[in-house]
Amino acid sequence: MPAYEVVALVTLLAVVAYALLGGADFGGGVWDLFASGPRKEAQRRAIGAAMGPVWEANHVWLIFVIVVLFTAFPTAFRAMNVALFWPFHLVLVGIVLRGAAFAFRAHGREAAGVPVDWGRVFGAASVITPVLLGASLGALSSGRVRVTDGVVVQGGETAWLGLFPLAVGFLALAVCAYLAAVYITLETEGSLADDFRRKGLWAWFVGGVLSIGTLLLARSEAPRLWAALTTPPAGLVVVAGVLLAPASALALWRRRFLWARVFAAGQVVLLLAGWAMAQWPFLIYPDLTVADSAAPPATLHAVLWVVPIGMLLLIPSLWYLFAVFKGANPPAARDAARDDERSAGR
Amino acid sequence: MSELFAARTQMALSLGFHIVFAAVGMALPLMMLAAERQWLRRGDPDALELAKTWAKVTAVLFAIGAVSGTALSFELGLLWPTFMEFAGPLFGLAFTTEGFAFFIEAIFLGLYLYGWDRLSPRAHWLCGIPVAVSGAASGILVLSANSWMQTPAGFDLTPEGRVVNVDPLRAFFNPAYGLMALHSTLSVYQAVGFAAAGVYAYALLKGRRPARAAYDRRALGIAMALGGVTALLQPISGDLLAKQTARHQPAKLAAMEAQFETARGAPLRIGGWPDEAAGRTDYAIEIPGLLSFLATGDFDGEVKGLADIPRDEWPPVRVTHVAFQVMVGCGVLMAALAVWFGVAWWRDRRAGRDLARRRRLLRALVLAAPLGFVAIEAGWTVTEVGRQPWIVYGVMRTAEGVTPATGVPLTLTLFTLLYLGLALALVVLLRRLSRGEGGRGHTAGGRASAHAGGSRAGV
Repeated sequence: MPAYEVVALVTLLAVVAYALLGGADFGGGVWDLFASGPRKEAQRRAIGAAMGPVWEANHVWLIFVIVVLFTAFPTAFRAMNVALFWPFHLVLVGIVLRGAAFAFRAHGREAAGVPVDWGRVFGAASVITPVLLGASLGALSSGRVRVTDGVVVQGGETAWLGLFPLAVGFLALAVCAYLAAVYITLETEGSLADDFRRKGLWAWFVGGVLSIGTLLLARSEAPRLWAALTTPPAGLVVVAGVLLAPASALALWRRRFLWARVFAAGQVVLLLAGWAMAQWPFLIYPDLTVADSAAPPATLHAVLWVVPIGMLLLIPSLWYLFAVFKGANPPAARDAARDDERSAGR
Repeated sequence: MSELFAARTQMALSLGFHIVFAAVGMALPLMMLAAERQWLRRGDPDALELAKTWAKVTAVLFAIGAVSGTALSFELGLLWPTFMEFAGPLFGLAFTTEGFAFFIEAIFLGLYLYGWDRLSPRAHWLCGIPVAVSGAASGILVLSANSWMQTPAGFDLTPEGRVVNVDPLRAFFNPAYGLMALHSTLSVYQAVGFAAAGVYAYALLKGRRPARAAYDRRALGIAMALGGVTALLQPISGDLLAKQTARHQPAKLAAMEAQFETARGAPLRIGGWPDEAAGRTDYAIEIPGLLSFLATGDFDGEVKGLADIPRDEWPPVRVTHVAFQVMVGCGVLMAALAVWFGVAWWRDRRAGRDLARRRRLLRALVLAAPLGFVAIEAGWTVTEVGRQPWIVYGVMRTAEGVTPATGVPLTLTLFTLLYLGLALALVVLLRRLSRGEGGRGHTAGGRASAHAGGSRAGV
């Protein structure tokens, strides 16, 4: 296996980690915006408590992906930054506003009377950002960006503004929302957990409709992707995803929240693995393959030395973080239980 | 406005914004750890409250630093795609290793900020150590990318301009790296130390909360320990760096010192207003021979002037020179204050007097609060503007690296508004936090309940 393939695999795994972790944080923002019913504030508090300790670490996966891309696949990085100049800029505005708003709201609660409703900013930025990231991915997969000798010759500025890219964008949003709702059912109890269960089922349904729609759109808008997705090996992954989808919804329906979490995460892994297999060997279809845009071998080898050493530090740290905050009796559940007691006492 | 100028401005704005938060994220955790340690050892509730207050400020500023840093990693590609295609494989190692350091910092900061009730006091304090260490490490590691742009290494160019013989390790440890990393790392601790010292000096001066004077004094002590020591070390690192710059980037040194003619026994200019067209510097105080001595170690040493550098390779002389004067001026003032504070502290300690009664010293510290950050911004301006017209010194011009996309003036406007809005919101928030408005919050120190709703948070 050549070094560039290994680095590409590492990049894909980091994208998966970002989708599973960072994606759920965007989903948290979505449910913050769409908090509803009598337990509106309790829902928001549960989201804040669940995200607070981990969102910054989850966010670093995106930085990692970007950094590995420009280190190891510089030609593709150059082209995608030219073609996606606008959506990437808007993604940045979304990321900056979301993070700042979350921090202002979480740590500035004592600061009474702040004139801006940071909760709204946090929610709105969380909705827009995954759509733009998904649309960017869609644009790079569907042949809307054409590159000659590293120079973008077609699709600059508007590549992401198509039916297929936007469908991928909204699918990404639904996936984020679904993940967040499913994850949080495990960190809440009683009626609050039921609220998120209901939200999760909705997101599952919308996500299902969107994924069928996106797949059908691919047939005309991204014919090569469609062809690859409907034949082995990517086709097998798609089939597995189709089988897992009802399983995760059923688990959520029957309040087997741990199983729902496992299946939901599994679905996202399959979705991205299927996409990657169908996209292979291209980074930007149809002009830039992974091999074409790879950095010199010395750089790739350096990356392959640094990554395992870094992971040796990173993985135990991450494990500790999640063990403390996502193990038994996570803070979101504690807060929610306190709320339930309070409302029972009233 | 040209696209190139807009792109340079947007990059400058984004970096200039990020640098402040990055500095706080590196240095404040160290102060927060020192305070928590005092609590652990002596059970002093003031120290615990101080640690919690600094943790809260770190939390907000680190978040802004994290997202504005993300913006930067994208903007490198968005604004300078051609440069990144060339440089990515060469200086990417700096960013990859920084990425891991940043990961560790974010993870343990999460544990620290949200772990007050979930971890034992000792485990909690220990979680702060990786925050401070990897905070420093991420700053030190990523600086390799910047120094590589000043002294590129680890590759060869063929006559056709192809990159060959790539050696990422040699690129990482490029010639300017060590001293630049030292200089910039000292600067962040110095800036944060002086800024915090100014805040607490102000509180002591106002004396509106006499019950909390002990708390403010403790904070002032920690802040000046950090700011004072680094302020005294900084001139040494600066001198070494200037000597190195004279060797590696003579055009930059000439612009910093506004030295137009190559000369032996060149004078050091303090202040002054360079006139690029006329090739002379007006209104400067000149100290004969000192520039030669500082740059070469010999009062009669030769310093290369701009006249011996092709005109189209000059950096903007006025900006570079003035920024350099500002940085050095701030540095001298801070070093002087560090000595004053150190002597006063030592004498008061021996005599058992209260430092808070030295009102002139406190007033000076208040005035000096922004100096460290001014020096950071000015010093960074010297580094980057002094590198122009190159994006990679001697190899690639800034104009060659810029994006072909049109619309940079628009994104510049967008980001200017975004960062202005954030800065404004942050000022409002920190002011309110410092006044302890709202009176809620989970400050567990004994003081909190004693001063319910009053002036509680100590910033």
